[in-house]
Amino acid sequence: MLIRKPSDIRPSEITSRDNYLNRRQFMSAGLAAGSIALAPPALTAVVPRAEFAKIPDVQNSEFSTDETPTSYDDITTYNNFWEFGTAKDDPAKHSTGFEPRPWRITVDGHAEKTGSFHFDDFMKPFDLEERIYRMRCVEAWSMIIPWVGVSLADVVKHFRPTSKAKYVAFETLHDPVRMPGQRRDVLEWPYREGLTIAEATNPLPILAVGLYGEALPNPNGAPIRLVVPWKYGFKGIKSIVRISFVEEQPQTSWNMSQPWEYGFHANVNPEVDHPRWSQARERRIGSGRFASKQPTLMFNGYGEHVAHLYKGLDLRKNY
Amino acid sequence: MDTLKQIRFVWKPVVFLLCLVPALLLLGDTFEITGALGANPVEEIQDRLGNWGLRFILIALAVTPLRRITGWNGLQRFRRMLGLYAFFYTLLHFLAWLFLDQGMLLSAILEDIVKRPFITIGFAALLILTAMAATSTNGMRRRLGRRWQQLHYGAYVVGILGVWHYWWQVKKDIREPLIYAVILALLLGLRLWFRYRKSSQRQRKPKHTETLETRSGKP
Repeated sequence: MLIRKPSDIRPSEITSRDNYLNRRQFMSAGLAAGSIALAPPALTAVVPRAEFAKIPDVQNSEFSTDETPTSYDDITTYNNFWEFGTAKDDPAKHSTGFEPRPWRITVDGHAEKTGSFHFDDFMKPFDLEERIYRMRCVEAWSMIIPWVGVSLADVVKHFRPTSKAKYVAFETLHDPVRMPGQRRDVLEWPYREGLTIAEATNPLPILAVGLYGEALPNPNGAPIRLVVPWKYGFKGIKSIVRISFVEEQPQTSWNMSQPWEYGFHANVNPEVDHPRWSQARERRIGSGRFASKQPTLMFNGYGEHVAHLYKGLDLRKNY
Repeated sequence: MDTLKQIRFVWKPVVFLLCLVPALLLLGDTFEITGALGANPVEEIQDRLGNWGLRFILIALAVTPLRRITGWNGLQRFRRMLGLYAFFYTLLHFLAWLFLDQGMLLSAILEDIVKRPFITIGFAALLILTAMAATSTNGMRRRLGRRWQQLHYGAYVVGILGVWHYWWQVKKDIREPLIYAVILALLLGLRLWFRYRKSSQRQRKPKHTETLETRSGKP
């Protein structure tokens, strides 16, 4: 048996290039077909597609799991991103025309450094890492996702929050023209999420800008999204345009919508059930038609890095 | 061929096969012959079977109102088969949940049936459907007499529980269960309307004869 140290090899290096190219052709064919209906063809011919580019200078991370990553196709075609529709395949179907550039990110609130930044300028100070994380959705399914991103802790420190900053709040782009799912009031737009400063400066959370070594695809929250691996997936806010350092606990979208089902914390916890279903077990996407569910781990298996953040907190009440 | 024979030897087999198509497609997709089930095949199998179970409950409930409106009594001859298909798909939906989703983990299954209201409701609907399917033969119908009819009014309860079960398990976007709820409300509402009309006609009739009598009684 060939044993390799998994952290030395990135899955993007393992996956065959041919498969990548096939996928790419398929995607661009879809894009071309979509663009005929949606935009003047000349425009799409001129604008280079950011997601075709391989991200350079990506480091491996000690925080990566050695579990086998979920396939690119499953990660990009089965997820929740209600800005593009409420079905699991809606993000893939309805985000093909979405242009994640140019992109601006506003940083405001209690920090020494604030302002509005172009995506590239925003990213410049930070080191890119590949982080292969478990992702546990509140709907009791899970994936292994090879993200490329920057440490949120680095980002937070870079903007030098003042002592008044107790929380970090995030907002998704609100643009019903570009995000057709926002034309329906299924949630109160824009999508909002937040973390405590202690959570945001923990080494685990990242702002992801890539997947499988390439720029983040539209269905997964291009161009930049939050990943907090010990919390349920809905905390991972996508297509971020605003980061605010605030004093009060910020409002978060699912908590605003159904506070009895979704809390601010949303830590993965097999012992605290969703009111309508059990959180004890999860279905691993890609495990096959006849595979059984697997037990869900406390803090999604990241307890050694984060359990101390919740010492003395009643996790049953603070779900 | 007379109409009864035509129904029995042509239309019934045709409808029977048509009703089987969703199951065959699902089988084909499961083994990737006709298509694929996507990233979460177990969820897809469960959802499709559940959807078809509910659709057939509504289709079976549509028979009587359609018969009343169109006046085509031959429709009645399809009702049992459609009802049995509702049972067939609902049972498969339950079995998919039992074996594929829960993996026969007994503790989890019992906990879910008792603790999760939407599963309790679905399970209750399945029990009623099972009782109806078991008593669907002509022999059982004769043997049970009036009580057969009472038991088979359970179809209305199954319709309500089925829509409720669906409504309760969606996360937020209730558009689809709402469509089912509207159709169910329409089908049950039509029955109330028929009943109201019938009773009001019955009330009118004796009055009518009365007036004739009084008229004729006048000199």
